[in-house]
Amino acid sequence: MENQIFELQYAMDTFYFLICGALVMWMAAGFTMLEAGLVRSKNTTEILTKNVALYAISCIMYLVCGYMIMYDGAFMLSGIAGGDDLVASALAASAEEGFDGGSVYADASDFFFQVVFVATAMSIVSGAVAERMKLWSFLGFAVIMTGFIYPMEGSWTWNGADVFGMYNLGDLGFSDFAGSGIVHMAGAAAAISGVLLLGARKGKYGKDGSIRAIPGANLPMAALGTFILWMGWFGFNGGSVLKLGDIASSNAVAMVFLNTNAAAAGGLIAALILARIMFGKADLTMALNGALAGLVAITAEPSTPSPMLATIFGALGGVLVVLSILTLDKLKLDDPVGAISVHGTCGFLGLMLVPLTNDASTFSGQLIGALTIFIWVFVTSGIVWYVIKLIMGLRVSEQEEAEGVDLSECGMEAYPEFVTQ
Amino acid sequence: MKLVTAIIKPFKLDDVREALSDIGVQGITVTEVKGFGRQKGHTELYRGAEYVVDFLPKVKLEVAIASAMLDQTLEAITKAANTGKIGDGKIFVTELSQIIRIRTGETGEEAV
Repeated sequence: MENQIFELQYAMDTFYFLICGALVMWMAAGFTMLEAGLVRSKNTTEILTKNVALYAISCIMYLVCGYMIMYDGAFMLSGIAGGDDLVASALAASAEEGFDGGSVYADASDFFFQVVFVATAMSIVSGAVAERMKLWSFLGFAVIMTGFIYPMEGSWTWNGADVFGMYNLGDLGFSDFAGSGIVHMAGAAAAISGVLLLGARKGKYGKDGSIRAIPGANLPMAALGTFILWMGWFGFNGGSVLKLGDIASSNAVAMVFLNTNAAAAGGLIAALILARIMFGKADLTMALNGALAGLVAITAEPSTPSPMLATIFGALGGVLVVLSILTLDKLKLDDPVGAISVHGTCGFLGLMLVPLTNDASTFSGQLIGALTIFIWVFVTSGIVWYVIKLIMGLRVSEQEEAEGVDLSECGMEAYPEFVTQ
Repeated sequence: MKLVTAIIKPFKLDDVREALSDIGVQGITVTEVKGFGRQKGHTELYRGAEYVVDFLPKVKLEVAIASAMLDQTLEAITKAANTGKIGDGKIFVTELSQIIRIRTGETGEEAV
């Protein structure tokens, strides 16, 4: 009888992982739509291609060696099996954990849940470098980021390994529930180093310091993408509870869903109101970024805050993201979709908010963790970007940029019946 | 024969088409264009950066007519396209030296 309950728990927890993984996969569609909506029509096919390809590259590289590096798995995922083989060992593990202990689930579901997070981190970079980076240079970078850079910092955080044998982030009180730092700020760090080496889009910043608007081609897609990300985030944060199959875990999961939603709402309204105050008009793109900023801000700790506090945390993200977007433009760091602000600035915010509601973490631990992740990703990414720049160049030519990267990189227009320049 | 080219505000297209149809003008070509005269553009805002949109969307319509119809045509277009506000547009009249109906080969006034 006890075994049957364990089997049910196993099935439930495995199923939960798989569904949450599928929801996080859906975020890839969200990023794709959001980015495609915020670039110009002449650059749409290329960013769509980048997004679908980076998702696939993430899945393959993490399978080949990423998971091995991050979680001491096996090269090419060898040894992962399904079916009857592991029933006995699973039952034994369940008995050891006990009903209320850590969840026991299928190994394949663990990989599936993890791999979609890698794709999320990688996807953050594609928006920041949009409209002027060579497609294959980006994809080359994606191979290294998903196969090595992200798994390394993931191993120091979620896998609890020492950072090059020097110190242990878990011991120092670092806590990042679903990845404000590990996933989002890491993606932004790679994006920043890319943008620094790449330069701004031609004509974005005038010599007199003026900032030229380059409006996105399809705001309905941008809005759709944001809602898709919002929904996918329930899997992102919800799945990170790692267990569903007992009352305490179910309560935690429900709270995480609730708080995740609340933070997004808080972020959106805060950004919308701030944009209205600062610009005199409601700026849809700021509102969309605000919702995502709220989601990123709550991601480091969505289970312990009260719902009202989660809303406020989200609102802080919404305010910060607007200010960050404007600041980056003043610094001439051209980020067509606001990725660095949403995921970097608010990712850091998310990390630093954790100790306010989670006693097990400390501000110093959060800061050390943030710096570790940022410096590692920023520096290694910078090196990879630079090597790629030497080998094949990072940026398309001026003429290619003027005609649109759809033509030069893909030979295919996204909206061929609409002829505009 | 005359070629009457009119630049009008896009939302006036249906009114103008109806007015031309009422006086018996049967063929019309319409193009979406951008332009400005003395109307100038307006300012928009995107993520905190202001930018001026100089070129405003307009509709260009072209009708080929018999010379005898000219005054009626000009009056019809002017009345239908007029809003009294800046940016109503302009009409240009040019001489048309030849017209051919492709299907039948008719030329001249018969092809109008």
